[in-house]
Amino acid sequence: MLVELVAGLALVALIAYAVLAGADFGGGIWDALARGPRRDAQREAIAKAMGPVWEANHVWLIFVIVLLFTGFPSAFAALSIALFTPFHLVLLGIILRGAAFVFRAYSPQSARSVRPGRGARRWGVVFGVASVITPVLLGMCLGAVSSGHVRVSGDGAVRFEGPLPWLSPLALAVGAFALAVCAYVAAVFLANETEGDLRADFRRRALWAGTGVVALSVLVLPLLRFDAAHLWSGLVSARAAPVLAVGVVAALVSGWGLWKHRLRLARTATVAQVACLLAGWGIAQHPYLIYPDVTLHGAAAPDATLRFVLWSTPFGMALLVPSLWFLFRVFKGPALGLADRDDDGSA
Amino acid sequence: MIDTLTAARAQMEVSLAFHMIFAALGIGMPLLMVLAEGLAIRTGREHYRELARKWAKATALTFAVGAVSGTALSFELGLLWPRFMAFSGGIIGSAFALEGYAFFIEAIFLGLYLYGWERLSPRAHLLCGVVVAFSGMVSGVLVVAANAWMQNPVGFELVGGRAVNVDPLAPFRSPAWFHMALHSTLSCYIATGFAAAGVYAVGMLRGRRDAYHRSGLTLALALATVTALLQPLSGDLSAKHVAEHQPAKLAAMEAHFHTEAGAPLIVGGLPDVETGTVRYAVRLPRMLSFLAHGDFDAEVQGLNDFPRELWPNVLIAHLAFQVMVGCGMALIGLGAWFWLARWRRREPGRWLLRAVVVGSPLGFVALQAGWIVTEVGRQPWVVYGVMRTRDGVTPVEGVPATLFGFSVLYLVLGVALAWLLRRLATGAPPSSSPTAATTQTGEEVAHAR
Ligand code: HDD
Ligand code: HEM
Ligand code: HEM
Repeated sequence: MLVELVAGLALVALIAYAVLAGADFGGGIWDALARGPRRDAQREAIAKAMGPVWEANHVWLIFVIVLLFTGFPSAFAALSIALFTPFHLVLLGIILRGAAFVFRAYSPQSARSVRPGRGARRWGVVFGVASVITPVLLGMCLGAVSSGHVRVSGDGAVRFEGPLPWLSPLALAVGAFALAVCAYVAAVFLANETEGDLRADFRRRALWAGTGVVALSVLVLPLLRFDAAHLWSGLVSARAAPVLAVGVVAALVSGWGLWKHRLRLARTATVAQVACLLAGWGIAQHPYLIYPDVTLHGAAAPDATLRFVLWSTPFGMALLVPSLWFLFRVFKGPALGLADRDDDGSA
Repeated sequence: MIDTLTAARAQMEVSLAFHMIFAALGIGMPLLMVLAEGLAIRTGREHYRELARKWAKATALTFAVGAVSGTALSFELGLLWPRFMAFSGGIIGSAFALEGYAFFIEAIFLGLYLYGWERLSPRAHLLCGVVVAFSGMVSGVLVVAANAWMQNPVGFELVGGRAVNVDPLAPFRSPAWFHMALHSTLSCYIATGFAAAGVYAVGMLRGRRDAYHRSGLTLALALATVTALLQPLSGDLSAKHVAEHQPAKLAAMEAHFHTEAGAPLIVGGLPDVETGTVRYAVRLPRMLSFLAHGDFDAEVQGLNDFPRELWPNVLIAHLAFQVMVGCGMALIGLGAWFWLARWRRREPGRWLLRAVVVGSPLGFVALQAGWIVTEVGRQPWVVYGVMRTRDGVTPVEGVPATLFGFSVLYLVLGVALAWLLRRLATGAPPSSSPTAATTQTGEEVAHAR
């Protein structure tokens, strides 16, 4: 039970990362794809939405990693060996994304100060590209973990069954899926946080991305069936299926909400959709961390460590939750934002 | 082609050295920033607020780089040292888990601080800054516990190569934690303080002797001098601890080859490992015995007491130690000069300002050198006395390639950041003239997006 609780905690942190940082990555995707007469205004809205929160959102990933190596050290070691290359590429993406975002914000404006200067534009490109690549790679890593092609022997040695697991069709499809989800979440959030034409822009983008999410899930499902039968049977099992069913309903509600301009509803449903999806994956994966050789129990740290992790959580959360609430209230609260001084780009 | 172990060590070192610069700034800058804002609120003088805003922008830039390079480190612990992490992840994890909360608090309140100038009351805004400064310091103290445990592992039993009976608070029970946390926290304030002072000294040398530059210089040097004065005391605490718990490290950093009573302190010089001698050194009789054990006649273990394969790299450890202590002493001298001059006639002269400029990187030099003493001196162990570094390294081939890639990446980022910070430092002169004031606010709006 102790082991499951710690794993559950890591899963919750992963969901938080996927929703919150996923939206930030998605913001970068829409930054890269900014088009049309309101291109600069779109970028500005994205930067404004991300600015105060992206660093806090990013910490969820650190939390996942720390929980993984504290709670399941040998699994962390095996993953680090198996995914040596994609993890390095993920790091490259994370480093470039974060650095480019602030470097762009602090680069000189061009002389007449309406358009960003040359340095700022270059960092903008880096920011956009890194925001596209990183979620794909993270999705690929997730796909590789579930693929069943990573084999770990008792002494911790790792070998691959077949080709590189993170380049398998399933992993690639999960990578693309992750990209579409990030783009969708971001567009839904941004539509909520903007006004007028900009809102219409982002709503349209959300509809496109949502279509992409649906199309890619249609692609992933058969791949799962043939490439990762164990995961498939886990997903349709009585444990995971209800959660996934809720997720599907949430997905439908969020699409409907978008269509009907019920953006707040769409936002809530989108969060539920991503949460259910990942929770369903986690449940289907149980009891394995890396199928089929590494189980949660086999990789778990000593009980005393797990107990420490669990007991420290309420205290940490007692600090964290009010702080996060305050942050989002100050910058995303309904009373603010509308009367803002530098919205003029769109108005 | 270099081998995996060498490459992994080098990649770890490059990543840590890079991260450490931003970690130190992330601990030091917020303190400067809230000191300035506090003074602005107390005195109502505008230039303090401008200082706070400027330092906040610098913090925004460096914090982001610190956060992403720190993320790289968390992955790299596993990517480069999977077996080490499989062994000790469950033990040092508690330090990182608590640190995670400190990061959260730091990132949240930094967001509030940077983007909240207009949205929060002055008092609430200042309070957010205080939380950033405090949680940054705490996160440093917590992560150092993990390193302290590697220096001085406690709180577990070794059975068949696995750790059992693990005490989850082990990193905090390592006797090395207290003095390392103290010494390395002070070093962050020293490094940041002197570096910031250098920026204002350059400005003043260029003739900008306004209240803004003068206060910037004074505030930065106040923090730096106080902490620099404490540093030898805390360093002595560290040295005494090392002498007791890691005698081979002490012997290496002091280039002390032969066990003897009433041992001399060897200052400078080039140790020659083959002959066990030190050339070109100054010897202070019986001082090492006193500094290491508090008794001029105490016996100090030399390297000859240890099998050769357990020696750290004596040359690197000794030179790095000399560099750290040398920089520390030079900085104390610099601080003393400034405050003496100020006490006498207030206006710092050109030579003093030049010295501040020259001294401004020395804090960072000392900080990096100190970590090299600690980490190289720990070799060949990754967990002192328990696990060899070579047993912790990854079996994956291709570390030389990632080493190369990350070195290039960090170099590019470092150069870009230095350029942006330079521009920030000299770009918008504070409201000395009306036009300057408008550029400043125009830029502010653009940046506060
Ligand atoms: C601004 C930076 C700075 C300055 C001026 C000094 N140090 Fe230092 N020193 C560090 C920054 C540092 C450090 C980078 O922060 C280290 C590395 C690990 C640690 O805990 O602190 C360190 C380690 C370190 C150690 C090894 C501790 C260990 O391995 O556990 C000793 C013995 C000293 N120092 C001693 C001194 C003395 C006697 C100084 C006299 C002036 C001094 N340091 C100045
Ligand atoms: C003595 C060594 C270290 C000190 C004093 C230190 C201190 C800090 C500080 C103050 C920050 C805040 C960010 C900033 O100010 O730029 C930070 C960030 C970070 N550090 Fe370190 N660190 C050290 C070593 C490490 C190591 C070894 C790791 C990982 C294995 C690590 C992981 C991180 C991570 C993940 C972050 C990002 C946190 C965020 O997003 O806010 N640090 N560190
Ligand atoms: C909490 C903080 C830290 C942790 C957990 C940590 C951990 C490690 C680990 C796991 C290694 C590889 C194993 C080994 O070579 O023994 C290492 C090596 C090294 N670290 Fe640290 N480190 C920390 C802080 C630092 C800092 C701040 C520096 C600054 C420069 C540093 C410099 C080095 C160097 C130079 C090596 C290579 C030593 C050698 O191989 O000779 N470390 N560290």
